[in-house]
Amino acid sequence: MPADALPAAPQPEEVHQAVSPAVSHLKAPDAVATRRRSRRRRRLRTIGAYALLSLAAVVVLFPIYISVVNSLLQPSQIAHQPPPLFPTHPQWHTYSDAWSSGNLGIYLRNSAIATLIIVAGQVTTSILAAYAFAFLEFPFKRTLFVVFLATMMIPFEVTFVTNLTTVTDLGWYNTFQGLTVPFLAWGFGTFMLRQAFLQVPKDLQEAAVLDGYGHMRFMARIAVPLARPAVAALAVFSFLSAWNQYLWPLIVTGDNNNIRTVQIGLKLLQGTNPDQINVTLAGAVIAVVPMLILLIFFQKQLVRGLTAGAVK
Amino acid sequence: MTTLTQQPRAPTAGTPTPKAPSRTRRARHRREAGLAYLLLLPALAVFGVFVFYPFAYNFKLALYQNPPFPGLPSRYVGLHQVGQVLSSSSFVQSLISTVFFAVMTVPVAIVLGLLLAVAAHRRLKGIGIYQTIFSSTVVTSVAVAAVVFGTLMDPVNGLLPWLGINPHPPLLQNPTWALPSIAVLTVWQGLGLSFIVMSAGLQSVPDEILEAATVDGAGAVTRFWRVTVPLLSPTIFFTTVVATIMAFQTFGQIDLLIGSQAAYLHANVLPYNIYQTLLVQRNPGQAAVLSIVLFFITLAVTMVQLRVLERRVHYAR
Repeated sequence: MPADALPAAPQPEEVHQAVSPAVSHLKAPDAVATRRRSRRRRRLRTIGAYALLSLAAVVVLFPIYISVVNSLLQPSQIAHQPPPLFPTHPQWHTYSDAWSSGNLGIYLRNSAIATLIIVAGQVTTSILAAYAFAFLEFPFKRTLFVVFLATMMIPFEVTFVTNLTTVTDLGWYNTFQGLTVPFLAWGFGTFMLRQAFLQVPKDLQEAAVLDGYGHMRFMARIAVPLARPAVAALAVFSFLSAWNQYLWPLIVTGDNNNIRTVQIGLKLLQGTNPDQINVTLAGAVIAVVPMLILLIFFQKQLVRGLTAGAVK
Repeated sequence: MTTLTQQPRAPTAGTPTPKAPSRTRRARHRREAGLAYLLLLPALAVFGVFVFYPFAYNFKLALYQNPPFPGLPSRYVGLHQVGQVLSSSSFVQSLISTVFFAVMTVPVAIVLGLLLAVAAHRRLKGIGIYQTIFSSTVVTSVAVAAVVFGTLMDPVNGLLPWLGINPHPPLLQNPTWALPSIAVLTVWQGLGLSFIVMSAGLQSVPDEILEAATVDGAGAVTRFWRVTVPLLSPTIFFTTVVATIMAFQTFGQIDLLIGSQAAYLHANVLPYNIYQTLLVQRNPGQAAVLSIVLFFITLAVTMVQLRVLERRVHYAR
């Protein structure tokens, strides 16, 4: 039962049971030699830590690395055993092949459009709803809040059967509306921003009232700027999930190349080019690059969003 | 949660004086409520149309049997269809595959994420680069992961022949190995999230405790089991719940690497089964039954989470 272990301090008896010999040595006459020995030991431990971390990093990165290498090889070289670990004659044209004949250029544009619509929509609707829950009093507030939380318990895999019919009936099959509108609101985003809004000091609100601020002005000028870290975390998290969506774009984009996202483009590349595995891998690399850029520049926001999402 | 929602907020339109006629105060309250509903409306509209309506509609669809040929009206059969689906051997097989998949992926992803987080939780020059690398798989989409691992596991282009592993039929067409192979790439893909969450949890463990344990001569293994794991147990538990729910939503890997052979290869996890039932067999009624089952599984996992969360709050007080 994990709950038992929670009290902040570990059982002190257990920790102290092992009385360390190292501590009693400290004041021994040969203290200098001991210190030098311990310094050497510490340096060895640091080297060991780097070795371990680097090994782990190599294992984690290996699949991506070998894919980049393979994307630059001729298909015949990929099948070679043992596989080459470095492209001696890199075939850069595989990337332009993936971009143009694999249509990845168009698919990337489509993904960018759909993702931006979803991010903008989720951030906007979440800000508005979270503001109501944090700053306004109204009948059925608690009930409505529970309704918002309840949406988080209904996975999309449960609702897509009917959603496909709904979107088709609305005439949105194979359109950007169909691709994005079902995701323009997000219960978790509302929850996260409400938590952030509740941190806004009450004095500020009272001062704003004295200055004659209405709610909309208070929201735009004070509440949202103060909650900026949470809004940024939400935006980055939302970007990541929208870009990487697979199930819905697969069933709602049909055969329209001008709507299809890059993830579905990868499926097509994989299906149509069994003998052009290098081009398919180049496509995968192209699809992941925008996300790696996101990771490098917005790691802090991403971590914030993900940890809030996983723990709350 | 209750206390947070009930937090009183000062009415923004000015503090009402005791003598203010209650009619204007009521008007103000009404205006505030009106604004609140207006602000909630966009989100509620989306939720209504794309979350609650389809959710409720599943229960209706489940009661109607679809004709073998499209275009004919579906027939009301009541719970007959539910019983039929739930007792079918393909459903049982699908459920077993789903649970088996979660059992294969969740514990491994969590243990590996925890080990990486412990390894990277130290003050070293350049540690940020390692942390970025360990987090990196979180941004890879399921399609990218599938293409990458599909190549690695390919019987001709992959690494396996070189390693001397060459099962027949090949891994992804092998009834025994198809689902475990999918599990491998899922673990790799989930490693980033697991690492990120565990690292965040570790950050809340006071350094003094670990240092005290070190001074007292506790080795790395003892520290890990006696200090880190107990203190991280809430994080580990919640990650397990979230990862389990995510495992029950697995779809893309199966679609990309296995496809319509899923049932034959014992890889017909529930979401893929729903997709196949809807779009290949064109049977929305049965797909709705499967969707309801998936919902209740998710709900059960979430309820366990909430109950333990409650207990955790009690302990923290």
